Amino acid sequence: MSKATTHESAVGHVSGRAIYADEQHPPAGLLSLYPVQAPHAHARILAIDTAAARALPGVHAVLTAADIPGTNDLGPIVHDEPVMPADHVSYFGQAVAWVVADSEAQAMAAARQVKVEYEALPALLDVHAAIAAESFHLPPARVERGDVSAGLAAATHRLSGELLIGGQDHFYLETQACWASIDSEGLVQLVSSTQHPSETQHMVAHVLGIASHRVVCRCLRMGGGFGGKETQANPFAAVAALAAWKTGRPARVKLHRALDMQLTGKRHPFFARFTVGFDDDGLLQAARIDLVADGGWSVDLSPPVLMRAMVHVDNAYFIPHVEVQGRIAKTHLASNTAFRGFGGPQGMVVGEEILDRVARFLGLPVDQVRERNFYREGCTPDRNQTHYGQPVVDNHLPELWAQLRTSSAYDLRRAELDAFNREHPQRKRGLAITPVKFGISFNKTEYNQAGALVLIYSDGSVQLNHGGTEMGQGLHTKMLAVAARTLGISQSRIQIMVTSTDKVPNTSATAASSGSDLNGQAVKAACETLLARMAPIAAASLRVHPLPNPSPIEGEGLKTPGSDRSSPLSPGGREVGREGADEAADIVFADDRVFHRDRPEHSLAFHDVVRSTYNARVSLAATGYYRTPGLSWDPKLGRGHPFYYFAFGAAVCEVEVCGLTGVHSLRRVDLLHDVGDSIAELIDRGQIEGGFVQGMGWLTSEELRWNAQGRLLTDAPSTYKIPTVGDVPEDFRVDLFRRSKPPSTNVIFHSKGVGEPPLMLAIAVREAIRDAVAAFGDARVVELASPSTPEAIYHAIVKVRGA
Amino acid sequence: MTSSTSFTLNGKPVDLAGADPTQSLLRWLRGQRLTGTKEGCGDGDCGACTVAMVETDGAGRAQYRAVNSCLLPVGALPGREVVTVEALAEGDRLHPAQQVLVDGAGSQCGYCTPGFVMSLFVGSHDGDLSDHCIEGNLCRCTGYRPIRDAARRLAAQPVVEDRFHQALAEPRAALATSALGAFHNPTTLAEALALKQQLPQASWIAGATDLGVNLSRGQPVAPAFIALDRIAELQQLEIGEHAVRIGAGVPLSRLEQELAGLFPLLDDMLPWFAAKQVKNRATFGGGLGSASPIGDLAPILLALDGDVHLLGPNGARDVPAAAFFLDYRLTARSEDELIVAVTLPRRAGLVTASYKVAKRQTDDISIVAASFALALDGERRVQQVRLAYGGVAATPRRALRTETLLHGQVLGDAVVEQARASLAEEFTPLSDHRADADYRRALAGNLFVKFVAEKLA
Repeated sequence: MSKATTHESAVGHVSGRAIYADEQHPPAGLLSLYPVQAPHAHARILAIDTAAARALPGVHAVLTAADIPGTNDLGPIVHDEPVMPADHVSYFGQAVAWVVADSEAQAMAAARQVKVEYEALPALLDVHAAIAAESFHLPPARVERGDVSAGLAAATHRLSGELLIGGQDHFYLETQACWASIDSEGLVQLVSSTQHPSETQHMVAHVLGIASHRVVCRCLRMGGGFGGKETQANPFAAVAALAAWKTGRPARVKLHRALDMQLTGKRHPFFARFTVGFDDDGLLQAARIDLVADGGWSVDLSPPVLMRAMVHVDNAYFIPHVEVQGRIAKTHLASNTAFRGFGGPQGMVVGEEILDRVARFLGLPVDQVRERNFYREGCTPDRNQTHYGQPVVDNHLPELWAQLRTSSAYDLRRAELDAFNREHPQRKRGLAITPVKFGISFNKTEYNQAGALVLIYSDGSVQLNHGGTEMGQGLHTKMLAVAARTLGISQSRIQIMVTSTDKVPNTSATAASSGSDLNGQAVKAACETLLARMAPIAAASLRVHPLPNPSPIEGEGLKTPGSDRSSPLSPGGREVGREGADEAADIVFADDRVFHRDRPEHSLAFHDVVRSTYNARVSLAATGYYRTPGLSWDPKLGRGHPFYYFAFGAAVCEVEVCGLTGVHSLRRVDLLHDVGDSIAELIDRGQIEGGFVQGMGWLTSEELRWNAQGRLLTDAPSTYKIPTVGDVPEDFRVDLFRRSKPPSTNVIFHSKGVGEPPLMLAIAVREAIRDAVAAFGDARVVELASPSTPEAIYHAIVKVRGA
Repeated sequence: MTSSTSFTLNGKPVDLAGADPTQSLLRWLRGQRLTGTKEGCGDGDCGACTVAMVETDGAGRAQYRAVNSCLLPVGALPGREVVTVEALAEGDRLHPAQQVLVDGAGSQCGYCTPGFVMSLFVGSHDGDLSDHCIEGNLCRCTGYRPIRDAARRLAAQPVVEDRFHQALAEPRAALATSALGAFHNPTTLAEALALKQQLPQASWIAGATDLGVNLSRGQPVAPAFIALDRIAELQQLEIGEHAVRIGAGVPLSRLEQELAGLFPLLDDMLPWFAAKQVKNRATFGGGLGSASPIGDLAPILLALDGDVHLLGPNGARDVPAAAFFLDYRLTARSEDELIVAVTLPRRAGLVTASYKVAKRQTDDISIVAASFALALDGERRVQQVRLAYGGVAATPRRALRTETLLHGQVLGDAVVEQARASLAEEFTPLSDHRADADYRRALAGNLFVKFVAEKLA
């Protein structure tokens, strides 16, 4: 296995041959859908008249709530999310009906002819309005430790502050898409751009009023997901399925960009208020933090998003007394949802805000105050336990931090920068180093399981199925690597299959940075089961027909079935190994050959062993299953051991800010991130760089604005600005952290999840901008809005200059 | 078999007869099952739909140009040549523009990738593989580092004379007059004006980088179109000793190249005006014709006291820049007139600069755009001053009050501060999704301070 493995679909990507949901060969009679959108953020629906639209050429149906044969609900946690509302509009642009026509253009034209009567109602259009109206989803959540009131009272210093953090559109390049059809057996066949095919399957069954076994959901690949297709692919699968169900013809939905941005939820905006107590050195004593997430009109995934924010507000810092309260504002906006980091980024931005305010209040270097407050192993009294009761296992952060400080020449550059700032009244440079500690595992414990199905055909070729979806993150590439390494064969023998609910059932969303951890172990378990079945047969063949073999075998990559005892669940391997001859345990599968450990010169071809196994009437198909060990979480108490382990990283960023315009440029970035023992370094690097830039966009140029009626004004890339290549510095240094101590956990091949954590490295951009703004004056507080657009930075400078 | 309604797609003629001329090339391609070209936005802002189109320059040389196929109406295609991502590889042998992305892990989800491939393909032909080559391509996965590196590796490779180079070298006739349905492609000004007389409801359409957005969004624009992008008279660029006359139909990428060094105002602005795919189609004339209140080039025209040359059924007339912009989306051009050219005078002794502030510094629409032109005498007394802005009023506008205030004054700190305060009060801009009014007002003054500090210190 090459660690420099590039993406398994790379050739398909560059040649245009890689097929996405809306690019399949169209079946005869394929229909297209287009929504009828409400022109109010909050309204009562008085009447829907579809007659004129239905009379138009090419129109086959106009779907409304009344057409739903099953349950009109898609809520993943709370049942509050109608596919189409029966009587109430809950946000501007909400789809109240869907037109089904021969062409998209016809559907679009007919949608304009659907007459809907509304009675407009007052709307809550931001988190402040919801707080004032006490409009919340669900009761407040709490996570706490110690006695915060006493801690604050006893602290040498106290300060309070608040911060509004803006949301973020996912801006996956491929908008939401689903094709649905009814097959020969009356089953609903879906091809959806979904991160969670099992849930899409279940939701469609629920909406149609049929059992899940009558729905198959496949995901070919996604043109980006980032959390935006975790639950929010479901509405579009549901209406496509409903259209197919009603008309008997295949139907497709592919949203135009503006529709996608108007209809789907985003990263939650958060409003935070905090009071923190600390000593003269900036050591935190106590913190009371109130977080309000803007959930939008329905609950969706807001509770676990909020909870992840609440258990990441500490970021890398030990606080003896903590009280975090969290609420979900109910507003008349699109329902906010999962987005890379899942609330963690918002929590950590608040945490870093607190650290900066404490340091500037005391006039201490911010980097030193950060470092001083780190979780650390081996301190008395203990400083390594989080406020939710889980120790920071394998805490490599202090070591990583020290390495990055040195490699980035932080101290030297700090001195140079101060000199620059003294000489330039209208241009200031800022420098910041920030850490990332991110818990890996779904907060919802039951999601931490995965399955795989590995099929070996009698010619020695292999089909690999697992429950994860491919959205560009390279999961399939890693799974191919895991299967090839475990089976001891080349990747060219293995065909990765599209994700399908009829191959692996009851899968979890590909999310929470866990795709590789969970599915990798399941794939490995399935492969080990197969090896254990083939090993006795190979042993017998080698005993009877010891074949001379000229090709030498390198030691690297040797694999004996069941030799990796740390594998948590491979019972099949051990049983069959015992049952066979002792030699079975010594059979090695490597480099497409099979041989006895002591006699590598006598080897069999992998495909010959497969053929012998088939002839011996032994199954060549196996499922694999994995569940993450040792997890527990009590959401009511906000305590437990929700994460299997933590991912660590740190970033140093340097910016220059123009005092006249507020425009900033990012001059240099140094990232050091912990991916454990990488399964595919190019893939992991891609996640680090891409996550960082996506986080940078969230914190700088990506600004969502709505008008007074609740209509999203920034619903296109002309108005919503994700980073371009021009925003990425030439000087962009990325390194993978090499840990000095082995981990105490057993993640697949000792790797670490990498999907989300690097996004939060971008907090260093925000803090570097703040550092530059601070240089325009002598303020003890630098208030900086998020996102830090040129306008926001300009206002921050004006404030600092006036202070 | 070629006809007047056919175009060349990946080396083969394709007849478009019967196709909807207002449909975008992108949607048409996907309808033909050429799905390598992707729709990321349909607004010309993401580059996922980038294709290469052959353009012949003034000297008759053919070149590949990267264009957004989502903004290109099918009606504009007859006689043209287009290359899409599907044509690049020969069987399993990838084109170098593809191979460098594979080798450098330049794709993750892959949806933006064909667009990058086409930008790199064009860049490998025209020699620009800098960031500007790929600035018009959005990627949400990679963070661009591997794509930028791939572009550099491609730039370092020796050019191989392949079938694409050979295809370019073949002689080409000028594009012929054609029509696809109600989409008319005249080749002379006389034809264009005559068509407008016959079809008074028809809309002029130049590079389609503005109207193409409306068409792509399915919004009704006009019952007929008269395209201006193959009229040779509009493609001329005359560089004189005292002035430069810019044909209204010259794509901005040509201005950027061929006028480089002549006008600092253009040199400052064009790199940030828009992405390459847009600049390859957008024109000075089109920008003035659409009368956007921002229009990054309009302030330049105002700052240099340029002229707009119009031609209509009643003949030709010249309108000074100062008299061209009348009100929101309203100019001195009457509906049946065409902008044929603008003239920018070349004056010695002027210190000039353009500034653009946007939410994102590359490929964004300005919050405020400003163009300044100032002449000082030996005592730093202001002899001439033009302070022109976009984004602060219903039209691009000069700050006449502040110009008067500055005229004849010695440009010292106090005067600059007076001017800044005056500029901040001179306009009453709007608050919108790009920025609030007070920030725009502050920028109006501060950009002048920046200009003085950077160019007149």
